[in-house]
Order: sequence, then structure tokens, then C-alpha cells
Amino acid sequence: MSPVIPIRAEIGCADAPVLRERGQREVFCGLTGIIWLHRKIQDAFFLVVGSRTCAHLIQSAAGVMIFAEPRFATAIIDERDLAGLADANAELDRVVTRLLERRPEIKLLFLVGSCPSEVIKLDLSRAAARLSQSFSPGVRILNYSGSGIETTFTQGEDACLASLVPALPAAAPDAAPSLMVVGALADVVEDQFARLFGELDLGPVHFFPPRQAGALPPVGPGTRFLLAQPFLGDTARALEARGAQRLAAPFPLGVEGTTAWLQAAASAWGITPERFEQVTAPKRERARRALARHAAELAGKRLFFFPDSQLELPLARFMARELGAALVEVGTPYLHRQHLAEELALLPSGTVLSEGQDVERQLDRCRAARPDIVVCGLGLANPLEAEGLTTKWAIELVFTPIHGYDQAADLAELFTRPLRRRMKLVA
Amino acid sequence: MQLTLWTYEGPPHVGAMRVATAMEGVHYVLHAPQGDTYADLLFTMIERLPKRPPVTYTTFQARDLGGDTAELFKTAARDAYARYQPKAMLVGASCTAELIQDDPDGLAKALALPVPVVALELPSYQRKEHWGASETFYQLVRAMLADAPRTAYTGRAAAARPRCNLLGATALGFRHRDDVRELRTLLGQLGVDIHVVAPLGATPDDLKRLPEADFNVLMYPETGGLAASWLTRQFGMPATRTIPIGAKATREFVAEVAALAGLDADAALAAADSRSPWYARSVDSTYLTDKRVFVFGDATHAIAAARVASEEFGFQVVGLGSYAREFARELREAAKRYGVEPLITDDYLEVEAKVAELQPELVLGTQMERHIAKRLGIPCAVISAPVHVQDFPARYSPQMGFEGANVLFDTWVHPLMMGLEEHLIGMFRGDFEFHEDAAPSHLGHGQPAPRPAAVAADEAAAVEQRVVAQTAATAAAVAEVQATGGAEGATPAAIWVAAWAQDAEKELAKIPFFVRGKARRNTERYAQERGIAPITLETLYDAKAHFGR
Repeated sequence: MSPVIPIRAEIGCADAPVLRERGQREVFCGLTGIIWLHRKIQDAFFLVVGSRTCAHLIQSAAGVMIFAEPRFATAIIDERDLAGLADANAELDRVVTRLLERRPEIKLLFLVGSCPSEVIKLDLSRAAARLSQSFSPGVRILNYSGSGIETTFTQGEDACLASLVPALPAAAPDAAPSLMVVGALADVVEDQFARLFGELDLGPVHFFPPRQAGALPPVGPGTRFLLAQPFLGDTARALEARGAQRLAAPFPLGVEGTTAWLQAAASAWGITPERFEQVTAPKRERARRALARHAAELAGKRLFFFPDSQLELPLARFMARELGAALVEVGTPYLHRQHLAEELALLPSGTVLSEGQDVERQLDRCRAARPDIVVCGLGLANPLEAEGLTTKWAIELVFTPIHGYDQAADLAELFTRPLRRRMKLVA
Repeated sequence: MQLTLWTYEGPPHVGAMRVATAMEGVHYVLHAPQGDTYADLLFTMIERLPKRPPVTYTTFQARDLGGDTAELFKTAARDAYARYQPKAMLVGASCTAELIQDDPDGLAKALALPVPVVALELPSYQRKEHWGASETFYQLVRAMLADAPRTAYTGRAAAARPRCNLLGATALGFRHRDDVRELRTLLGQLGVDIHVVAPLGATPDDLKRLPEADFNVLMYPETGGLAASWLTRQFGMPATRTIPIGAKATREFVAEVAALAGLDADAALAAADSRSPWYARSVDSTYLTDKRVFVFGDATHAIAAARVASEEFGFQVVGLGSYAREFARELREAAKRYGVEPLITDDYLEVEAKVAELQPELVLGTQMERHIAKRLGIPCAVISAPVHVQDFPARYSPQMGFEGANVLFDTWVHPLMMGLEEHLIGMFRGDFEFHEDAAPSHLGHGQPAPRPAAVAADEAAAVEQRVVAQTAATAAAVAEVQATGGAEGATPAAIWVAAWAQDAEKELAKIPFFVRGKARRNTERYAQERGIAPITLETLYDAKAHFGR
């Protein structure tokens, strides 16, 4: 017996109050996105123009240095660069030239702004334009900011993709409508979605970002796009500015989210309900079977989300509605009301939502509530474990394939494993 | 601008965090944007500390820049004091805040907090992590001793045991925790009491008591050097200069401490118990002779490791380097002793190129060199920061003292043994009893009645020992002799393709993989110089004889 989700007339958390806090934020900056973006776009290089701190951040957040010569690096600003901006520009040109000579396979170079480069007002868009002239057509050079004064963690991906939108080729005026899936997904998930859309006879489908810089998808008034990630506000705006239309939907996490997400595209393409049912029913059934085991372990478990990736609301919705978990507090670094409208409507009424962070006060609330699982960053996890709380590292939810039907149980397992572990070690 | 893939050191404020986190009762208010909190995970994840580092980040944003970031700093400092009630506060700026010039010092003074507040000036665009740690510790010591009389301490009663401080151990240090424990035991046996250990585990009040000791033991010049020399200047406190890494250096350290403490070292040295020197002398270590080793790390650990490698284990140091420019002079002097070119750089690619060029048989380095060595298929042991989670082992594993020398022997020799074992496994892969499909030998070869397990195991062990001894002797002998020769050789640029006869190629495959490359190159060079083609079994052994002379 699978749990039946009651259909209620209420509107979830659509108008729910949000606790807005200001204080110390225990989150990564947008530079961290480079860790997964450089794996996704396989001929792109990310050059951070920043300080030693930026370089240290990326290598520490990446955890291990698997790639001896990775496709990211930092041009570390030193005091001579601070003395004169003209020289800083000349230095940047020298560094980029050396880099591209060394790595001829690079087709797309992002100059990534950081806190120091923003504060000294080093104009990376002009630098990108200047360098593009020297290196076109072999290498396209773009820029975006991953600075901590402007971006939080996953917003780095948003800034990166938004910078790429103007480079997308224009779709032919008479082109048939096409679907664009926006947001970096694991390749395996992307392939699953491509197969699903194929079975639905829905297409053509493009994924953005592409795996190769040369395979940028076309965009135009015929483009309908689905956001695969909840943190892509600027990218969506840039796509809309080029005539594309967003298909409003919850995010494809869990069976319910994935179904509603696919349904949004199916409706736009006029796929019959029978066909949709025929294609998705076996997948839903399989995913539910896989989830059932986890539901038994997670039902009634109290969850506390610290803000991290902006995935918190969709995750909380999945945990509450498909696994029966109770939500103590759902924190998010930034709440995009429009893109998350469908998610908010699905959240249980009365859920405590918080935006921004004062980590000390949030820790006080967390300790007082004694939740069964705390979803938090790497800086907080071990200290909370030492206090007897069970934690799940939020960053793993970003690095692990969790989207779509066949990953729903994997996602649930990310929550059940720490619980099971604690029980085993206590016993 | 410097193009950097990986950095050996973090920014200087991370060094300050290492001091603050090591101590008790200290809180650090860092003017910094969001994202800089990543540094917390160095301590909670890599070192697995069960508490958050005592650091408050002001977390200013772009929209604050036109407004009042100074007020943000004051609020954060005030709240941090109220919440944590530290005995001393550190205030400072990270790289970005340094640019907006809010003057944390003046702002903190304006708050008139009831505890000492130490303002840190750590120039992020010039300096790095170790310097930041050393400077922070020095500033803290100075601040806590600001009112102390500038005289050598003479308060110890004549009958009392001499006492010393241990300086330099921090959070996130390479085995600092275990080194402190080892030295505590060693000095205790010698008859010296430990007065204060700092920064690790010290409170601000403990720092006030530093001059009450007779002398300082400077464990890590990188992080404790500035404070130790200031204490010498101000209070006439001598400091040890020997770093007790390796059995020999530990004996010299004991002698140095005994001299400073006015004690007799002979009894302590006679009682000194270290297996490492004996293990190095034992016959099975013969194969370690002249193993070509490349050493890289912070200056203290690299210099010490080179000495142990050369003088205690009988290796040949073929490369020595450090990322610590502050200690370039010391490193250059050490490099002279081994007749190698010192490599002083923090460019990871340069180090990798050097390792690839030198083709050492063992790399002693940092986490970075571990990755380099892995890529190049060379055995490696970690001897220095930067560290990763596996460099904080659950077991007691010091680098210093006599136990530390034992740890060095095990951790450096083990990767070499592993290399040899892997070779043996490869060699027997095609053997009639050890091929992949064969049942494990200890289960018997399909005999109907299995013999008593103990007997079978004994026999198997005996056979295995013989086999290992023989193959190790023969295969290693071939390889060793060939590997020793021709270390200087860069192949001439002329294109010359070596042709190998089948039997020679087969024979080459019997040489352990970690020296096979060298043997191949030497043989090919020998053949090329003499215009021999193809390379036969005879050429292989002729080359061996030639280079082995």
C-alpha cells in the first residue's frame, strides 16, 4: 500500500510568512559552482580572477585534487595588480595567453569575477571582449561573477549560464517549437529525461548547459524551457529576453515532482493524458516501489534544513509528501517566489520557512528543536554530530544525481543512511 | 597575477584561524564576505574537530559596500563577545575586507570590550598561511605580555625541575597533536617539566606565564618562530634550534635540551629506545640502499626528512624543495649537503615537472606530491602540510621523537614494500598455481582430505618466504644495479626508436615496475650509443654490467 496523498483545498505555503534573517552566513560563494560546471561542459575552462582565498576555497570545497591539471585555475591578484588597474589588465591578458597556449583544447573560457575583483572594479566584461578579439574564432571568452558579495553557492551556476545565453544561436524564425531543459544535470539523468521525452514524442529537446561548448542549443520565440534547478533566476530572465517561454512547474525531485515537471512539457506539446499515463505509469510505479522502503524509515522523522543550495524547498516538499517526514524549519539562502510558486503550494501548510541566515540564531533554534535530521553545510555537520544530532551534508545533495524517477530512492537514501548509521552505532 | 591551479598554502587569515582554533578562550572576528566561511570545513572536516572554529565572519554583501560595513563589523564583534565571552579577541580582515579599509582595529577599540583585543594586519596579497599563523601567535603573545617586566625569569627554586614551553603547534598542523604528546613524554623522562604548550591548548592567561619557563622548545619555526625570537629578545629566553625529527636529530635535541636545562643527557640517551635505527641496519633493509628519493614540503619537515632519508635510511636524496619562501635560505643550505639544486616554488606544475624529470623511486611530500606521485606511478609518503583527512590518523602517529622515528621508518618504507609486493603479484600472475582462476592456495588444490590448517599454513608461509626472498633478491638485483646508473641522463633529442627482441622484452617485464622504466631507458641508451639493434637479452645484461660498475 502506498501512502495516499490527500488532495486538499488549501494552498500550502503560497502566502506563508518567511523569517528573513541577516547575520553570519555559513554558505559557500558562487565560485563553488565551478566544481560541477567544469565537469559538465567538457571543453570549458574557468579562470577565477581573485585572491589566494578563492583558489584555496575551490580546492578545499572540491575535497580532493583528482585532476592533476584541472580545467579551472585562479589568477591570483597580488599587490602590484592593486597598485594600477592598467597593469592588472595587462597581467590578465598575459595570464590568459599563457593559459590558452598551454591548453589548446579549450574552446570556451570563462573569466570568473570574485569579491576582490569586484571591489577593485576590474572590468572582466571588457577584458572578455578584448581577449575574445585576440582569440576568436578558436576560443569564446565570457565572464560572470561568482563573488561572495553577490552570489551564494548555486547562484554561481545561474550567473554562468546567464552569461552564456547571449551566445546561444538564434532559432530559425519558422522553427518548430523546441524544449530546452535548463540547469546542469548529471549526464545519466539527462539521458533518462531525453529517453522519456522521446517516448512521449516530445521534441526537439535541448539541454543547457551542453556537454560541449560547440553544441549550444538554439533559442527563440518557439523555445519553451523547463528549469531543472530552482536557482536559475537570472538565466530564466535572460532566456525570456530572447523570446523563450518558461513552463511553470515544480522541480523534478521525487515521483510527484518529476511527474508534474514532465506534465508541464506534455501539456504544452498537447500530449494526450492517455499517452502520458502510458509512458510515465511504469516509471512512477518502479520509483514508488523503490521509495517504499525509505518511507518506512523516514515517516514522522523531523527535518531541519539550513540554507545552502536553494534546493531546500523542493527537497522538503519531497520529504514531506512522499516520505512522510515532518518539517521543523526549511531555510533557503534566497526564495524566488515566482519560480517556486508551485513548490510553495505543495508544501504542508504551516511549514516554517526562513530566508537568508544568522547562523548563530539558527543553531539556537535547531538545538532547541532537536530534529531527527539536520541538513547543513560541511562546517556545521561534525560539530552538530558531536552534539548528538544526525546530519546530512547539503553539498552531497548538489553533487549526487538526485533528479528524476530513477534517482528518487537514491535521494531518499541520502537521508536514511545517516539515520541508519546512527542507530547501528548506538546499538 | 599568478596563475595557480592548486595552492600549497591558504591566505594568511587561515593561519590566524589555525592559531585561534588551537587555543581556548580566544575568538576571532573576521571582516569577510560570505563564502570565506569555507575555511571552517578545513577544521571540521579535514581535522574532524568536533567543534566549530571560534570565528565570526561579518558576511558583508555588495549592497553593503556603499553603506555601512563598519557598523556591520561592530555589530558582529559585539554579538560575538556577548555570545562567546572570550578571554581575548582577535580582529582582522580577509582579502576582500582589506580592500575596503574599514580599520577593524579602530572599530574594535571603539567598542571598548573588557578583554584584550589584538588587531591583526595580515596582508593577503603578499603573505600566506604559515606567515599568518606565526604573526598571529606572535601578536597574541606580545599583547598578553605587554605589561610583563622585561627581565629573564629567575623565580625557580634551585631544587625544582627545569621547565620549558613547547611553541608552534597549531590546529590543522601535520601531526602537531601527536608531536606534542611525544615531546612531553621525552622531556619528562629527561627531567624537564612542560610549562606551557602554545598555541595548541593554551588560554590567553597561559601566554602570560610563558616567561616563567627556563627556555622554549621551538617545534615548528614556520608557525612559532616569530614568537620564540621575540621571547628571546625580550626575556632572554633561549630556544632550541634542533627539530627532533629522526633518531639522530632526536638525540641531538635531547643533548641540546640537557645543556639548556643544566642536566646530564647521557642517562637519557642511553635509555633512549628506538627501533628505527636497528630496523634500518637489519639485513632486509639492504634493498633500501641508495633508493632515489625526492623531498618536498614546508621547510622544517623537508629539511628534516632529507636528513633522515640520507643519514638514517641510506636513501639518495635526488631532489629537495619547499613552498616556504620565508625559509629559502635554510633550504638552500640543506640542498648543498646533498649536492642537489634546491627547488623553492609554490607552483604545483613546476614540482610535478621536476618529479617527472628526476624519476625518483620514492616521493616524500605533501598532499600535492601524493597526487603527483600517484599519477606518475611512484610510491609516496606524506611528510608535511598541506594535509588531508587521512593525515589525521586515529592512532598515535607522531613525527618527532624516538617514536616519531619509528613512524617514519614504517610510513616511508611501507610504500616501497607495496611496490615490491605488487611486482611479485604481477610476476606470479601467469604461474600455474597462482593464475587468476586458481583456487586460493590455502584452500588446497582439490585434495580430497584437507590437511590440518595449521600445518598447511606453516608450509605455505615457508614456501612463500623462500619465494619472496629469492625473487626479491634476483629481480631487485637486476633492477637495482640498472637503476643506479645513468641518473643524469636526459635522452638526446635525436629520434631513435629502440627495437627490442622478444626475449629481452620478456626479461624486462620481470623487473619490478617501479624501476622498469629506468632499466628500459638505461638499456636503450646503452644500445643507442653503441648502435645496437635489436636489443637482445645479451644487450640487457651488458647494459646492466655497464651501469652497475
